[in-house]
Amino acid sequence: MNTEFITVNPENIIDESQKLKFKGYHLMQQCATRIPDAYELIYSFGKDLEVKQLKITLPEDQEISSITSIYPCAFIYENEMHDLFGVQIKMINIDFEGKLYRTAIETPFK
Amino acid sequence: MSTRSVIPFGPQHPVLPEPIHLDLVMEDEKVIEAIPSIGFIHRGLEKLVEKKDFNEMVYVAERICGICSLGHGLGYSEAVEHIMDIDVPMRAKYLRTFWSELSRVHSHLLWLGLLADAFGFESLYMDCWRLREDALDMFEQSTGGRVIFSVMKIGGIRRDVPDEMLKDFYQRICRMEEELKVLSKPFLNDMAVQTRLRGVGILTAEQADALGCAGPFLRASGIARDIRSTGYCAYGDVDFEPIISNDGDSYARTECRIKEIFQAFDIMKQLLNKMPGGDIDVPVKGFPNGEYMMRIEQPRGEALYYVKANGTKFIDRMRVRTPTFANLSGLVETLKGCDLADVPILVLTIDPCISCTER
Repeated sequence: MNTEFITVNPENIIDESQKLKFKGYHLMQQCATRIPDAYELIYSFGKDLEVKQLKITLPEDQEISSITSIYPCAFIYENEMHDLFGVQIKMINIDFEGKLYRTAIETPFK
Repeated sequence: MSTRSVIPFGPQHPVLPEPIHLDLVMEDEKVIEAIPSIGFIHRGLEKLVEKKDFNEMVYVAERICGICSLGHGLGYSEAVEHIMDIDVPMRAKYLRTFWSELSRVHSHLLWLGLLADAFGFESLYMDCWRLREDALDMFEQSTGGRVIFSVMKIGGIRRDVPDEMLKDFYQRICRMEEELKVLSKPFLNDMAVQTRLRGVGILTAEQADALGCAGPFLRASGIARDIRSTGYCAYGDVDFEPIISNDGDSYARTECRIKEIFQAFDIMKQLLNKMPGGDIDVPVKGFPNGEYMMRIEQPRGEALYYVKANGTKFIDRMRVRTPTFANLSGLVETLKGCDLADVPILVLTIDPCISCTER
């Protein structure tokens, strides 16, 4: 598996996702990792057995646009990142507003 | 003019062994829209990686789910091994692959039994689970466990399997194959069963690909994506082609899984025929430092294991993307336009594993 991560600015995520969609890539997963004062987001896209991975460093107080307008299935990953880490994502097509996971404490992975 | 109503489905439902909830927006008997809801039993196991030694974390990974236990241990171990540049001995790779296929057999037989139970064919359900016992017995003999195996470790495997036992396994696999030939006939040929499955919950290839579906659910829509084709473990040494169907309905998903059991028998026999000797593990020195995304083909589909390590014995992040998580969007799509009576069958045909999803 290709383990190279392509660094992308948070404001460019829609454009980059759109380019991959045009090239025929499907969304494999999105996940967040906590780093000091920020989140590291990894978006993985696949085409046949090939993989492209985008890495985004998102400051803790900054919002990122949802890619559900391009990949509707992203709603489940984006709600997960919001509920577990507190990543602020705007315009998710199905926004559970923090209710996807019924956790005892808010944003437990933050 | 018909009126719309919302019917809650789950989290407790006779067809669901685990909790998932769907809000079904209905127009008469037809489902117009389905909104999934999970998170009833979320355990946060991924967070434990910050407190457990990276070697101990194999045990936690195995406990994500009781059915896909072996695959989770394997996926995590392989990710760490890639980061640490560990070359696992060939015998360990072959045995890992053998157990992965045995895991596919028991998982698909379990699913076939649940499907038979869902459409009211109880004796078929019990026959499937009886045959599954043979696979669990082989697991018990070779690993010591029937559900949680604890046989994976970073750098190889914990237990070797004697050659005499492997010879016996070959004979048992041949017997299971013969039994499955008989057992698969009602699923594939019975008119009553076909009435429940044919043309129900169609997902086209374009939809399945766009929604990022995985596993037999994807391949039943005609897309030949099988991560085993990348040749991880010992899959590069065996001959096989991804099994697909072009119908994209519930029958196609059943047919794909049945054929995948036969394929798993074939792969296991190939592995047993050329099982190499030698060591089963290598010593692991130092701590992992770096990141890797490992993908493996679990019985339910592609699973991803992201590991980010920092050079200490504790890992920064482990993320598991399970196949059921990827298939939820596809499930929602197949439910649109179906009859209320078909909802339980459709939920089953993605082979949902909520335990994996709520890792």
